[in-house]
Amino acid sequence: MTESPNSFSELLKDVLADYEIKLEKAPNGELSIQVPVAYWQTVAQILRDDERLHFEQLTDLCGVDYLSYGNDEWETEQVSSQGYSRGVDAFGPGRFDWQQRPEVQDFAERFGVTLHLLSIKHNRRLRLRTHPEGDVMPVVPSLVEVWNSANWFEREAFDLFGIVFEGHPDLRRLLTDYGFVGHPFRKDFPLIGNVTVRYSEEKQRVVYEAVEIEPRVTVPRVVRRDSRYLEAGSEQDV
Amino acid sequence: MAEIRNYTMNFGPQHPAAHGVLRLILELDGETVVRADPHVGLLHRATEKLAESKPFNHSIGYMDRLDYVSMMCNEHAYVRAIENLLGVEVPERAQYIRTLFDEITRLLNHLMWIGANALDLGAMTVFLYAFREREQLMDCYEAVSGARLHATYYRPGGVYRDLPEVMPKIAESRWRKGKDLKRSNAWREGSLLDFIEQFAVDFDSKVDDYETLLTDNRIWKQRTVGIGAVSPERALQLGFTGPMLRGSGVEWDLRKHQPYAKYADVDFDIVVGLNGDCYDRYLVRVEEMRQSNRIIKQCVNWLRSNSGPVMPKNFKIVPPSREQMKSDMEATIHHFKLFTEGYCVPEGETYAAVEAPKGEFGCYLISDGANKPFRVHLRAPGFAHLSAMNEMIKGHMLGDVPAIIGTQDIVFGEVDR
Repeated sequence: MTESPNSFSELLKDVLADYEIKLEKAPNGELSIQVPVAYWQTVAQILRDDERLHFEQLTDLCGVDYLSYGNDEWETEQVSSQGYSRGVDAFGPGRFDWQQRPEVQDFAERFGVTLHLLSIKHNRRLRLRTHPEGDVMPVVPSLVEVWNSANWFEREAFDLFGIVFEGHPDLRRLLTDYGFVGHPFRKDFPLIGNVTVRYSEEKQRVVYEAVEIEPRVTVPRVVRRDSRYLEAGSEQDV
Repeated sequence: MAEIRNYTMNFGPQHPAAHGVLRLILELDGETVVRADPHVGLLHRATEKLAESKPFNHSIGYMDRLDYVSMMCNEHAYVRAIENLLGVEVPERAQYIRTLFDEITRLLNHLMWIGANALDLGAMTVFLYAFREREQLMDCYEAVSGARLHATYYRPGGVYRDLPEVMPKIAESRWRKGKDLKRSNAWREGSLLDFIEQFAVDFDSKVDDYETLLTDNRIWKQRTVGIGAVSPERALQLGFTGPMLRGSGVEWDLRKHQPYAKYADVDFDIVVGLNGDCYDRYLVRVEEMRQSNRIIKQCVNWLRSNSGPVMPKNFKIVPPSREQMKSDMEATIHHFKLFTEGYCVPEGETYAAVEAPKGEFGCYLISDGANKPFRVHLRAPGFAHLSAMNEMIKGHMLGDVPAIIGTQDIVFGEVDR
């Protein structure tokens, strides 16, 4: 990546001026653009076909569930008389259900679909994100027609997050068991799952049973925004 | 008169040529495959969700278990993603060690591939030869990390420890004694670097051996030439990376075009094929072994003549030394915090990719500022390759199915995650 990221972001702004995109640049130079669901397919088509952009490959596509983003289990602002159990008994991702979900939502929409594009011609990468509406059944247009490699990636996102890709030729579950119920990578799906599987000697077949094990937390989730991390670099020569 | 119609056949999930737990539903017209529908996920362990419930460092070991024949390359993508967000500089010596071990890993992977693929297509000897060399490389893994396969050697900031000064020797046993033992220990008199150097000097002739068995072999060519041909345009559309893409003639290698670690400072060539069939991909991988060997030699030379730290002295991320901990209160606190809580990674998202032996292995990491990742997505090369199975196999014979599974170099640890 020899060119400066600035000229590339200017180019993107220029080409995609009509589509309400939001451009973000990470401190490490990675570029991402946020696209409204309505323009998802149009923008994808332009990114692939415009000679100046020419993103001929979709390397990766995945779903994200932003529920409980920024939530922690271990209150560290003030001193406390409670012990370690306050971290262990709290509700972190994969340990709360929909009723108990924490109210820390910074995002307008719960779900996101992120994809990573690669232009071999220009040696560039770009991240594309969209936030479909809805908490239960988000719908995003499918990109299989634009990049064929999206096929299985979209099936995976549908399977794990329940994001429906409209226009996908074959939207079946991919990774979970035949007859699986629920979307396991949603943050309100229990980390330990709902069912266990074993072979029953009496019935002479495999049986499904409710899960018995208790979820166990060894390290509580902590968000620290204090200055130690900013100053950590200055300790290097001690 | 009997009516002729297509019938459906189930291939796997317990099939020696399925390379793990692939279940293929094949629709056959006589012996010709009309449609293939791979069913995956039988090895799905929800690694990505597990990683969300653990501090960052705890998941490095899970990365080994994804593509379990190219362990350290997976770790490399994951630790690079964390380093990106933390903004940590990796010391130069650690970068060279990573380059060295990435290439050792590439050899491990390609040796496994050439052995298994040849075995699937009826050549037994290559398998035995390849595993002989693999054993020595796994000894290198063991020497640096203590584990032959699941090393957990790369850490955010560098590598766990410097290369050992002494290469462990094989002990005498009922099966190895006398002359045999002496031969096995011949390269192990010095340090690990001495051992790797001896291996590298010898390895090119070993690759010649494999080529003698396969490259001009009539049966091998009949089984691979013209099988599963993919045009460069289709290869890009289908998300192919690594040798699968280069086999179709696209000159693209992350080590050259988006260099990481020390790949910009070592000399090697990108290998490309012409026809994009199984035979070309075989030639690409074999030549890649020679190129890897070239890189290994250069890394050994550099590591011999340069010393330095392999981890930064940033005790928020890297534990202090045991000695320091015993005398310094501050070091004890750092150690305690690091091992009970881990470290918090600044809010943000990043995608870090490495050229793993099978293709582009990427790690997409979102952090919300906590000591555990908010979301980890692992982009496995095999996942994209397997999704093209139907297109590659259509019109070929049933007997070509193992050839195509083999040429894709599928490992279900990474496909199912």
